Amino acid sequence: MKARVYVTLKKSVFDPQGKTIHDALLSMGYSSVAEVRQGKFFEVTIDGVSPEQGRRIAEEIAARLLANPVIESYRVEEE
Amino acid sequence: MRVGVVVFPGSNCDHDSYHVLKHVMGCETRFVWHKEAGLEGLDAVVLPGGFAYGDYLRTGAIARFSPVMRSVVEFAKTGAPVIGICNGFQILQEAGLLPGAMLRNRGVKFLSQPVQVRVERADTPLTAGLRAGELLTMPIAHGEGNFYLPDDELRRLEDAGRVVFRYAARTGGLDDASNPNGSVNAIAGVCSAQRNVVALMPHPERAAEPALGCSDGRRLFEALTRSLVAA
Repeated sequence: MKARVYVTLKKSVFDPQGKTIHDALLSMGYSSVAEVRQGKFFEVTIDGVSPEQGRRIAEEIAARLLANPVIESYRVEEE
Repeated sequence: MRVGVVVFPGSNCDHDSYHVLKHVMGCETRFVWHKEAGLEGLDAVVLPGGFAYGDYLRTGAIARFSPVMRSVVEFAKTGAPVIGICNGFQILQEAGLLPGAMLRNRGVKFLSQPVQVRVERADTPLTAGLRAGELLTMPIAHGEGNFYLPDDELRRLEDAGRVVFRYAARTGGLDDASNPNGSVNAIAGVCSAQRNVVALMPHPERAAEPALGCSDGRRLFEALTRSLVAA
């Protein structure tokens, strides 16, 4: 199975990179863009296990490695 | 006293730390490769600065799973000093030995410059014998040094007196202009609840000899050797 993991900074955490990208967009003339938040995207291929186990593994690696729970949250999707 | 300097792939302040500990301070010092599991015979461990694993994923995120880190966690439990400098700080945070996380600097840029740091606590192995309120000048060199902790946890950290260093003005006061990276409460260094795990973003090893233009960092290594002798 393939799992997609999205990691984003928590809403309460300031995102200096997103802010910089937003500033650039404004200077390019995209005045309607209100905010940009930068995140990370992972495609994880998991073989040889049941879909249920695969889901559990994807959740586990997102929590243990791909995201830092102090500043980030994550969402796991299956393909 | 015997001190170990942990070397991860991508560490680049390991030799500087080794040099100061061995040649400036006269400590018996050895490198500890990150695949080594044992820290036998060591009295203190230093996690040096650099870019372990190229900062892939997050600073310190991969290094935290290096075999040596399991031993570092056990070593810290014994109460022995574990010191983190810059990337070493980030690795200790990822390993759960120190609180918080480092965000990208608020100005997004990598910062390499001298800063003033105010010593907040003298009851750690890295600050023993210094005075709270003392100012030290040391360089910083990081892109992710913007210390962050949610408000409630930050309050608990402050209440427990676990903030060891803050970025400060030359007057000793705190102001936004003297906080290079946007860290909450201008935090530059913290310690564990047991106070034996201590880390800071500035580089004391790059300011430990007159030839380098500043020797303030040497004070921290002197404190470390003092606390090892006392232990």
